[in-house]
Amino acid sequence: MTDLKNKAAKKSGFNRRDFFRGSGAIAAATALQTQTADAFQDQSPQIISGETTITLNVNGKDHQVKAEPRTTLLEVLRYQLDLTGAKPVSSDGSSGASTIFVDGKPMTASTILALQAAGKKIETVESLGGDAVQQAFVKYDAEQCGFCTPGFVMAVRSFLNKKPNASEAEIRSGLNGNICRCGTYANIVEAAISVAKGGN
Amino acid sequence: MKAFEYASPRTEAEVVQLLSAEPGKTEILAGGTDLVGLMKKMIVTPDRVVNIMDVPTLKSIDELPDGSVSIGATVTLDDILAHPYLDVYPAIKQAIRGISSMQLQAQGTLGGEVCQRPRCWFYRNGDGLLSQGVAEGANEFHAILGNSGPAKFVNSSRIAPALIALDAQLRVLGPDDAEQFVPLAEFFRSPQREGQREHVLAPNQFVSHIVLPPIEGRTCATYEVRHGEGPDYPLAAAAAALRLNGFGIVQDANVVLGQVAPMPWISQEAIAVLRGRKVDVALAEAAGEAAVSRATPLSQNEYKVQLAKVAVKRAILLAAGYETGGF
Amino acid sequence: MAEYTWPSREATAVIGKEVDRLDGMAKATGAAKYTYDVNLKNQLIAVALGCPHAHCKITKLDVSAAEKTPGVVAVHIFEHAAVGREVEWEGELLAVVAAESEAAAKAGVAAIKLEYDELPVFVDDEDLAAAEKAGRTGKGGGKTELEREPGDDDDEDEFVEKEIARLLKESKYVVEGYYGIDAITHCCLEPHGSTVEWKDGKLLAYLSTQNVSGTDEGFANDLGITSSDVEVKCDYIGGGFGSKFAPDYWGVAAAKISKETGRPIKFLLSRDQELKIAGNRPSGYINVKIGADENGVLTVWDSVHWGTAGYKGGGVSQTVMPYVIRPKNYRRIATTVATNTAQSRAWRAPNHPQACAMSQTAIDDMAAKMGANSYDVFAANLRAGNVDSQHPDAANVYLAEMERCAELIDWKANWHPHGKGKAKGSIVDGLGMALHTWGGTANNSDCRLKVSPDGSVEAFCGSQDLGTGTRTVIAQVLAETFGLGIDQVRVNIGSSKYPASGASGGSTTVGGVCESHRRAGLDALDKLFELAAKELGVDAASLEAVGGKIRVKGSDKSIAWKKACTLLGMKPLEINASYKRGDVSTLSSSGVCGVQMAHVEVDKETGVIKVKKFVAVQDQGLVINPKTCKSQIYGAMIMGIAAALYERRITDPKSGAFVNAELADYKLARLGDIGELVVDLYEPESERQRGVIGNGEPPAISPKAAIANAVANALGVRVPVVPLTPKRVLDALAKA
Repeated sequence: MTDLKNKAAKKSGFNRRDFFRGSGAIAAATALQTQTADAFQDQSPQIISGETTITLNVNGKDHQVKAEPRTTLLEVLRYQLDLTGAKPVSSDGSSGASTIFVDGKPMTASTILALQAAGKKIETVESLGGDAVQQAFVKYDAEQCGFCTPGFVMAVRSFLNKKPNASEAEIRSGLNGNICRCGTYANIVEAAISVAKGGN
Repeated sequence: MKAFEYASPRTEAEVVQLLSAEPGKTEILAGGTDLVGLMKKMIVTPDRVVNIMDVPTLKSIDELPDGSVSIGATVTLDDILAHPYLDVYPAIKQAIRGISSMQLQAQGTLGGEVCQRPRCWFYRNGDGLLSQGVAEGANEFHAILGNSGPAKFVNSSRIAPALIALDAQLRVLGPDDAEQFVPLAEFFRSPQREGQREHVLAPNQFVSHIVLPPIEGRTCATYEVRHGEGPDYPLAAAAAALRLNGFGIVQDANVVLGQVAPMPWISQEAIAVLRGRKVDVALAEAAGEAAVSRATPLSQNEYKVQLAKVAVKRAILLAAGYETGGF
Repeated sequence: MAEYTWPSREATAVIGKEVDRLDGMAKATGAAKYTYDVNLKNQLIAVALGCPHAHCKITKLDVSAAEKTPGVVAVHIFEHAAVGREVEWEGELLAVVAAESEAAAKAGVAAIKLEYDELPVFVDDEDLAAAEKAGRTGKGGGKTELEREPGDDDDEDEFVEKEIARLLKESKYVVEGYYGIDAITHCCLEPHGSTVEWKDGKLLAYLSTQNVSGTDEGFANDLGITSSDVEVKCDYIGGGFGSKFAPDYWGVAAAKISKETGRPIKFLLSRDQELKIAGNRPSGYINVKIGADENGVLTVWDSVHWGTAGYKGGGVSQTVMPYVIRPKNYRRIATTVATNTAQSRAWRAPNHPQACAMSQTAIDDMAAKMGANSYDVFAANLRAGNVDSQHPDAANVYLAEMERCAELIDWKANWHPHGKGKAKGSIVDGLGMALHTWGGTANNSDCRLKVSPDGSVEAFCGSQDLGTGTRTVIAQVLAETFGLGIDQVRVNIGSSKYPASGASGGSTTVGGVCESHRRAGLDALDKLFELAAKELGVDAASLEAVGGKIRVKGSDKSIAWKKACTLLGMKPLEINASYKRGDVSTLSSSGVCGVQMAHVEVDKETGVIKVKKFVAVQDQGLVINPKTCKSQIYGAMIMGIAAALYERRITDPKSGAFVNAELADYKLARLGDIGELVVDLYEPESERQRGVIGNGEPPAISPKAAIANAVANALGVRVPVVPLTPKRVLDALAKA
């Protein structure tokens, strides 16, 4: 099989006009988003290489940080902002230990480039300030060595933000993105249940 | 990571402009859940990374005039799960739920999921996509179908089988304002030489949207055999889409296997078994048998033949509204 | 001198109570600083090049391009990576690059030019014949115990052969089995490593270690300085499990590079290096024949087992075979297998989990063969005295724990003979059990206690918290001793400059720190009682410290703690206490049992297994903090589920590469995999009287055998090797 040739083939029942008629509303609907997501002031796509200074909004404050294109958000948080709650455990996010919120959603800082995070609202575990989930982790002893704990706290917080009244079954099937090696899962289930019942 | 240039275009045209025609020079970055890890391990070493997350037109889910649904390449998996338009395509939502990680669902995009690189440890440890070592090596998770060529990895996409079963098309953009719609069924290929991609796009083309035709009376399901919970890749998977008449007779069917071949594997054999027959356990089982009738397992993965068979059987049963009898 | 004892159950206010972990909130908020989190001013980040091949001879290692890479400050080549040297396992570190950023260091590593000649690789530890053919086997020792002795004229070897053959022949039932357990890695979430700096010729090393008091010497020896010139600090450690007792050569390298560059160095292993070189548990595989009487009581055991602990050979010690259930007549032989893998390290209960998985599976197969209830066969052997355990009253304790465990899992109602359960669709369920034992003697522990005139109490101890709850346990002991609240005690651990306390390994920490702190507390109390007695005009022997007061027992006459402390005058009271292993003590002892039962479901069509319910009943003498104590057991069970069903080191048979050394491929249990876990602490007065015994290891032993037995019960077919992957389940079903 050869590469797809660059021509406007019309293999399907769709055509371009149909497509844009359908999706015409997109541009208007997302115009606002574009403004807030505007990481760089330029209108044309700027090509960045080498170290640049960018502004990251972390835990409600703007920070000037230095980043190369290849610098991850996790490196910036840990080395420049000394926010070391998010941990480097797996290079591809499969442990969930670097879980943070980006515009309110749970993501792994280890797989996000710092430049991608510019213009977004970044929240780390340090921003929770001893909330109900953290209190429950202590009360139900949902931690041993504690290295995975901040990532897990963020996962549980995020999960319960989305499903404040989650059932035990939902909790057991909804928190599989994080790994704990010491084996605190049973206690995490208890902690999450207690918060869900508390409605926080 | 090797140092690279970074650009974050705002329009589809700008994306195309930024892509190089030369293989390996540019990479498209969306959620980053696959690409960033590969770059960290220097498996992928582009000169330029083009972040498409800031292109507004790639971010939405829309119903087209003919009833099709278009999903932008950077729509995240959790947004698909939450979207009411897509409730009629349970096979897609089941596949996404299988990726049992909130983080991957929130960060991963549909385009990225479909275009992800193979989860082959020879490849990811730097031995190349077509490592000679696979045939007699640690191949228990490798291909059992379509593995006679140099590629023995499995296509890792968990959603592609469902999308293919539902006749999804890709909107592909390229230089000179070129736009084309490519059936996903024709998108993947088994690379013949090192450096060739696992799909047919030229290096300066990219997938902007995935378009799903209207469900129109079809039923569908995805079934994955997963070793355990978590985002780990399934051992075998299948998606089925069925059009049944009032008597439960299969008018038309699509059966696509995942994690068993270098590309999502459309099983004409299983489809042939299903057509014109009434779905029951025996028929689903026969379709499963047919789907693996040409399997050629490697030294360590004979067991995947059974798993593929069961995945097909269970996907068909689920699509037809039966219980699977298993987990 | 005070008599060192624990208060009675009724008299305790803090000990035996569920107390929240003192550092719990620090961990939950991210405030706890681990070695990886310590950022020193002006630090360099070091990244290492690991050997890409499992067995090779280095022919070229050129770091000149690495040195020129922007941001790179220093490159260090390890001696064992010199040209001409052989490297015998994949991942062994060859060179380290220290740079201004992680990215620059990685780029430097990528610029190193390495060339090598590939040498033959052997990694197939399960295939004994192949290992023998490759000349990779060695003698691992053995032992034979027979009730009958050879006659004067008998050739001893011949006698043993004949006697074992006779015993097997005369057995009512004989089972011949093959079982195994693959190598796994420690996979600490915080990789091994350190952040180090030099100040005035002295080394300060933030080291991720389970041996704070012992690693200063390790650094000193390799750096040619004295241990007083080294301070090792570890406030928090992200997992150790037996793999973090030494600075390791990479820790020493960090110190050397730091000295060379005059900059602090942070050097932690990458994830794949952590899995490849920083700790694994030996594999074990066994061929065994056992004979039993009509009740399933074992009459004879005859086994050969083998496995690998790495390139030096080694494997599972023969001394623990057969495990816990041990007949009077047995022969055990071990063979070592040398493979091109990194050498193993102690892994939570060294040897025991493998021994348990290789022997109690055979006991369960005996029950299957007899068509008997596994519970009855285990019980019959215990009653017959076929027991080898470190608990002095083992048979009785096992039987009591079994009874309790069976109640909690509803063994009677859920039991069916092997393979005879009712299937729901393709799903069958089954029950399995296993027994374990461990020592758990308290480790050496010194501490310094300071009681100040203002009433504050502060303790210093060179111990560490692996997740055990060390700080919390120490605070509980002191609070109990002084009749104070837990928040009135300050605990300091995690520095080699504090009084030395033993490494946290072998379930020895809680016992050790309880010994030293209870002693220090009671000694301090003696002094305070003397002062208070004078003040109150009573006999010091009549005093007790309770509820924030020192009071005359059985009367209202008292003096507030704070007031009593002012009697110290200007200077704080400082007490040093020391416990050495072997000291006679009622505060701690050694030897536990423990029973676990699992209820699983298996999908026969896919081979996928799910844990439905899993129960552990565990004794550990006196329980200081039931909350953290239970957490240890939950954790051990969950680790056990991972080893029973998911995790293993997978090596490529041709290249020897450890192919699944990233977390995306090294499959561990996830939260949704654990089913319902139940933990019951077995602590009747007879156990409590024994004092503190460590419980970190024991509950990590049984899960593999218990779950494998439950699967065998469900299927009526033995899946011989753990982890029980779908492939293995299907292969076993296909063979049956």
